[in-house]
Amino acid sequence: MSRLHTKLATLKMAGKTALIPYITAGDPNPKATVGLMHLLVEKGADVIELGVPFSDPMADGPVIQKAVERALIHNVSLDDVLEYVRVFREKDAETPVVLMGYLNPIEAQGYEAFANAASSVGVDAVLTVDMPPEESKGYLEALQQANLDRIFLVSPTTPDNRLSAVNEKGSGFVYYVSLKGVTGSKELDVGDVARNMKRLQQSLNMPIGIGFGIKDGATAFEMAKIGDAVIVGSALVKLIEANQSKGSYDIHLAIGNKMTEFRTALDNADALKRSGVEYELV
Amino acid sequence: MTIDFSKYPDEHGHFGPYGGVFAPETLMAALEQLKNEYELVKNDAAFLKELAEDLQNYVGRPTPLYYAKRWSEHLGGGKIYLKREDLNHTGAHKVNNTIGQALLAKRLGKKRIIAETGAGQHGVASATVAARLGLECVVYMGANDVVRQAPNVARMRMLGATVVAVESGTKTLKDALNEAMRDWVTNVDDTFYIIGTVAGPHPYPAMVRDFQAIIGREAKQQALQHENKLPDVLIACVGGGSNAIGLFHEFLEDDSVEMYGVEPAGLGLETGQHAAPLCKGKPGVFHGNRTYLMQDKNGQILGTHSISAGLDYPGVGPEHAWLKDIGRVNYVAVDDEEALQGFRDLTRFEGIIPALESSHALAYATKLAPTLSKDKMIVVNLSGRGDKDMNTIAQIEGIEF
Repeated sequence: MSRLHTKLATLKMAGKTALIPYITAGDPNPKATVGLMHLLVEKGADVIELGVPFSDPMADGPVIQKAVERALIHNVSLDDVLEYVRVFREKDAETPVVLMGYLNPIEAQGYEAFANAASSVGVDAVLTVDMPPEESKGYLEALQQANLDRIFLVSPTTPDNRLSAVNEKGSGFVYYVSLKGVTGSKELDVGDVARNMKRLQQSLNMPIGIGFGIKDGATAFEMAKIGDAVIVGSALVKLIEANQSKGSYDIHLAIGNKMTEFRTALDNADALKRSGVEYELV
Repeated sequence: MTIDFSKYPDEHGHFGPYGGVFAPETLMAALEQLKNEYELVKNDAAFLKELAEDLQNYVGRPTPLYYAKRWSEHLGGGKIYLKREDLNHTGAHKVNNTIGQALLAKRLGKKRIIAETGAGQHGVASATVAARLGLECVVYMGANDVVRQAPNVARMRMLGATVVAVESGTKTLKDALNEAMRDWVTNVDDTFYIIGTVAGPHPYPAMVRDFQAIIGREAKQQALQHENKLPDVLIACVGGGSNAIGLFHEFLEDDSVEMYGVEPAGLGLETGQHAAPLCKGKPGVFHGNRTYLMQDKNGQILGTHSISAGLDYPGVGPEHAWLKDIGRVNYVAVDDEEALQGFRDLTRFEGIIPALESSHALAYATKLAPTLSKDKMIVVNLSGRGDKDMNTIAQIEGIEF
């Protein structure tokens, strides 16, 4: 069983919602990433989602676009990202790491070469934004053979008939894109997410993480009540942008505080769930 | 040749290893809906009749196939004919496609259309059909292109479109496409995305090709009328590749017809400052399809350079990628200087001011024509007119504007 699968199963048994923070590798500079990863774990991350910089992040909003641009000033490549994971693993053998990015850097390496390299440094799963199940022949087999989980996205517009492909080809968890939009955009409609989650929970055979648009503890609390994992990205990356000129101490302080806000919200939601108190979905 | 070109792409949008649907999940349902709707209308007599009437009465088709006699005689070789797409309403071939997609948008009940544009011709063509159908229109354009194609920006705004200057990345066509995709992901319920070239996720490459293929169908008839034979050579410029595939497609199974797709070599292929993925790039996945791309060894998309905004794009339609690999079409490149000379030549010899994009095809004709005998017939796709390029040209030639 994979490290990711084990982690999510253990949390579920304990009645806990997984907190999955995202940062872009190499943002604000290559030296910062491994330290930030350890900080995220220290502040309550259960899984880390590490963004692979790509020149044209067409599914991302302005916050993550700028993070990618900061990383690409330093020419951060997929190889560099794998190196950060290798160094991270020297001190952390437990926290699963998911790579999130776009297909072309993986195409440039070749599916098998990439999968083997990623697996050997301690990557656990791969989420490729522009790789739907329909096109995943070759990619899927390469990841499978290297024991990497394959995470696919599901959105409010995904029709029921496509969910079976996600069940069949995905593993680890399903990333539910909670709104129609890019990362970090507008307000989440909690009721809308809850209605869609009911449909997804009936059809999907693995844990569901909710991401996109979760910017504070209050929203994270609502999402934790209905999802298995909560994914936060732009809310953290924004703090890197705001504090980059001040240096790593201030970045760590700001990210640490925000992570505590999210962790507390999830713990509160979990306590509520465990208490058995009936709560109404909005 | 034994290939049945009408069988491509396959039902999943693949041209051999190229094409496909590499799109964010939020768009998959909309792409599926578009594919199904397009399958319905492409054989629907009522739709095709409406399209044909619009092309005739609103666009002004058929466009002439004009024998450029003085220029041909000057070059002293094959006879050059120009397919006059510059005479279309709005000044380029782009409108052939926007008319078709706008009719589809109307059928799907969409109230809002968005488009990306490089030179602004597709933006103008989109704003035009939006005005005619009473649809809201937002056009994304790289901030650099907004400056160098100012006349077209003014035209779009007069037509009632909102032009958004895209400041991210290299501030050219690829960034405009990224931004349009982000808009579409956000507003997918009420918005129709009119892609202007034969790239993007399936069904766009096939659909845009089909709407542009009227260029080649007309050219074939007209060649038979003028010369009582098929052309010997076809030449068209290739950015995303919609005017080229529009001319070529009808002739793919005619083995005797040689075809040249002309990419922009910018400051020179050896300088890296160009936009010629077929000549110098390698395959990858970008903007929803697998195709040849300008990219570095890490798979990052490279910035491009061309004097013509409409060719300034690091990818190319997947059908071209496949036609290159199977050897059916020759892909070549001419640089900024050569394109400018093509521009000057046509202007002075024929009294036709071509777009800088089309000038690349003309420049290749000036190289090729003298090597051919006088009985050979060359058809160059004159994909657009040069009014939009007056600022750029005036600056280069030192003409007071």
